[in-house]
Amino acid sequence: MYWEKAIETMSREELKKLQEERLRQTILRAAKTPFYRKRFAQLKLDPEKLRTVKDLQYIPFTTKEDLRQGFPFDFLAVPLEEVVRLHSSSGTTGTPTVIYHTAQDLERWANQVARCLYMVGMRKTDIFQNMMSYGLFTGGLGMHYGAEKLGAMTIPIGAGNSKRQIWFLQFFKTTAVHILPSYALLLAQLIKSEGLDPKKDLNLRIMLIGAEPHSEETRRRIEELYGAKAYNSYGLSEMNGPGVAFECPYQNGMHLWEDYYIMEVVNPETGEPCQEGEVGELVLTTIYRDATPILRYRTRDLTAFIDEPCPCGRLHRRITRIQGRSDDMFIFRGVNIFPIQIEKVLMNIPEVGNNYRIILEREDYRDVMRIEVEIKSELFFGDLQKLERLRERIQAELRSEILATPEVVLVEPGTLPTQEGKAQRVFDQRKM
Amino acid sequence: MAHQVSVFAENKPGRIEKITRVLAQEEINIRAITISSANGFGVIKILVDKPQKAYDALRAQGIPTYLQEVIAVVMEDKPGSLHRIAQVLTENGVNIEDAYGFVVKSGEKAVLVIQVENQPRAQSVLERNGFELLSDEAIYQS
Repeated sequence: MYWEKAIETMSREELKKLQEERLRQTILRAAKTPFYRKRFAQLKLDPEKLRTVKDLQYIPFTTKEDLRQGFPFDFLAVPLEEVVRLHSSSGTTGTPTVIYHTAQDLERWANQVARCLYMVGMRKTDIFQNMMSYGLFTGGLGMHYGAEKLGAMTIPIGAGNSKRQIWFLQFFKTTAVHILPSYALLLAQLIKSEGLDPKKDLNLRIMLIGAEPHSEETRRRIEELYGAKAYNSYGLSEMNGPGVAFECPYQNGMHLWEDYYIMEVVNPETGEPCQEGEVGELVLTTIYRDATPILRYRTRDLTAFIDEPCPCGRLHRRITRIQGRSDDMFIFRGVNIFPIQIEKVLMNIPEVGNNYRIILEREDYRDVMRIEVEIKSELFFGDLQKLERLRERIQAELRSEILATPEVVLVEPGTLPTQEGKAQRVFDQRKM
Repeated sequence: MAHQVSVFAENKPGRIEKITRVLAQEEINIRAITISSANGFGVIKILVDKPQKAYDALRAQGIPTYLQEVIAVVMEDKPGSLHRIAQVLTENGVNIEDAYGFVVKSGEKAVLVIQVENQPRAQSVLERNGFELLSDEAIYQS
């Protein structure tokens, strides 16, 4: 049931002791990097004196911008020859951010991922098809080495090429996949269009879904489509990648591995700590990584922590599913809206298909939100009035969730653009 | 009993073109077509000679399509014919949900297609009153 019982079920006091020991080492290590050396000096902080989790608050947050400015080597804490791999963010929005790993870092990361996979019931007998892209993105390689460590036969198929995905799923009777939730919805349609039933004609039992915030409704829909269990996976490249936090079989929040990270949830505006259950920005400190120590990293992911012990017996605290990223939010007529709120409403309406998009436009100095929703073919009964009632219902349910009235347009299935990579749902065409 | 094929279509250029192209490729003949639309989308109802084939072909293209029974009543192409049918249905409390008609031979014969809530009842009412109801094949042969 546990990959590492001693650590996973460690008491809170023991875990805290382990955290402080690792934190001290991490701070000393960080003090060797150009970035933190300078920062500690500016603040006149003596790294030797920062000893407890509480002392962390004296250290300012590290932001994505800091990582960018520190490109390429300001966060590196080991001689470059100790580094065996780097991962990097896409860099599409400016200078990339780079994270370096030593051989031991990679070994620890693989172990962390194996722990997650074992937790959701994957075993060495599983056939694992990894549908995330390989390369600089951590989703592919991160999960790959974890699955190999676990001992599962791993198919490094990568992202996209749906026909080949389907062939492998069928031919090798794949039992577990790692997949983007938006792609899982799309792939199910493609499988059906080949005359196959994803539930009956495939052998999937475990789906690891992540790399995109998604709603509970989307997860249930994916589980229903494939007749498999889908587990929410959370990670970000700055904190290694997949494996940071993962759902257990109870599917009620994700255990964040506190022997690898110190977790905080803070108010994104004030930086003040949030109470249990209060949504804020997740802030993480690496405590089990040598090459690139990062202290109090602002992830921009919004979540809340759960203190209550989980029935699975693991004492690492849980976080709720990511409610959005602080930079995903858009403002419509003065109302703050997260795309995931819209997804949640749509995926809960059976007549709504699996694809939709949100278009923001400005018409005559007024903002207009148009939501295009694919309908499901099998729930069309030739009745215009029923469709109009459905449209009105979608609109009303959205209004009560987002407190603004969107225009809802019903469209034919398969007509909205699809992506094999991360889905783009929001198209903001308002000119500022 | 006649059948009608209903198709969901967005209100944008090329939708009818696509639907009719599929039907032409399958060599399906269209007897009548009506379009009703609301907020950005509509439903196209088509009466064809081979409804099942039309339904399968459209569905295979991923177009939301529905096949249903309708009543096709033969009437004389002269003033008062439609009224006679309406009268019979009214007397028997049958409510018409949707209807459209087409002329088969000018001055002689026309067909009224109706959709009602209680199809079997409407059918027996009309037959009892001496109206001729058409099957799929008959619609086209008439």
